[in-house]
Amino acid sequence: METRSPPDPQAAATWTHDFGSPSGAGRAGAWAAVGAPALVLGASYVGFGAFVHQSGLTFFQAVASTTTGWALPGQIALIEIFAAGGSLLAAAIAVGLANARLMPMVVTLLPILREGETAPNPRLVHYLSAHFIALTGWAISMQRCPDMTPGQRLPYFLGFTLVIWCATLFCTALGFFLVGVLPPTVTLGLVILNPLYFMLLFTIDIVRRDRRWALLIGVVLGPLLHMITPEWGLLITGLGGGTLAFLINQYDRRRQLGRGK
Amino acid sequence: MTTISAWWFLLVGGLVTYGWRAAGVALSGKIDPNSALMRWVACVAYALLAGLIARLIVAPQGALGETDLWMRLSSAGVALIVYFIFRRSIVLGVTAGALWLIAVTSLVGG
Repeated sequence: METRSPPDPQAAATWTHDFGSPSGAGRAGAWAAVGAPALVLGASYVGFGAFVHQSGLTFFQAVASTTTGWALPGQIALIEIFAAGGSLLAAAIAVGLANARLMPMVVTLLPILREGETAPNPRLVHYLSAHFIALTGWAISMQRCPDMTPGQRLPYFLGFTLVIWCATLFCTALGFFLVGVLPPTVTLGLVILNPLYFMLLFTIDIVRRDRRWALLIGVVLGPLLHMITPEWGLLITGLGGGTLAFLINQYDRRRQLGRGK
Repeated sequence: MTTISAWWFLLVGGLVTYGWRAAGVALSGKIDPNSALMRWVACVAYALLAGLIARLIVAPQGALGETDLWMRLSSAGVALIVYFIFRRSIVLGVTAGALWLIAVTSLVGG
């Protein structure tokens, strides 16, 4: 028996998706992004573009934010803190806390993507690809890529995320531009898109035991601490409220383990 | 108000954000994404984001801050009601909430 033949028959049988070639996989990924993913995320970024305009930043700053800091929650936190007159340090910590989840996301997705890779300089490719790991592309790739032939997964991921990245850039610009054109009341509708979107997204998560406490405590503490200290309220909400939620979860886990025995 | 240019905020924001991604590449295969530390990180992120969203609705900056609180809260309420009525449709919920805000600010004056 050969010990190091990666495509073992049993595993190969579970790879239900084969696009013929890496470039075919890239095209398939790009097509998968056209439609619902690009539209939904695009609408959020129209809202973001309008929000940046309303916060007093320039067009190029809006586009630069989506180009370099691509991950909407962190982008919103950054602009919000700037507009509220917060310090650079407070903004850096808030973005760091809001986007910290990107790290474990990369850690979980990368081993799936890199399987069967053929790139001449894989490490560099990984570091460049990592810039495009954000919620939508991550969720889709975690779902679909394990079923794909290794070697086609990274192209699929890149095809998908490049399309939604370009869509979000265009929509950021569009949202910024629309503020000057649309009536002020319609602009308000655009600006409230993202708070409403994330509120509903988090409503789904309330049923998840491991997220429920963090979300509920955050909702209560956020506005309360804002009244006490606008500059540091958000950070205390995250660190204090998050730690409290974590401790409740740990207690819950231990109690459940005890009951399971 | 701060006098530092927004460009510094964007630069630092971009570096911090990419820093997490690069750390993920470096640590991939070396750490367990389900460890207690990672669960704590997730809790902190969710609490901060929930607080941010609540603050954006209760105490926003800019033009949205000039609307009455009841307008923004009722907009959130309409979004939630439509979301639950229409089989948890985020698209319909968000659309309804935004249209509601446009309607009340147009009628009452924002």
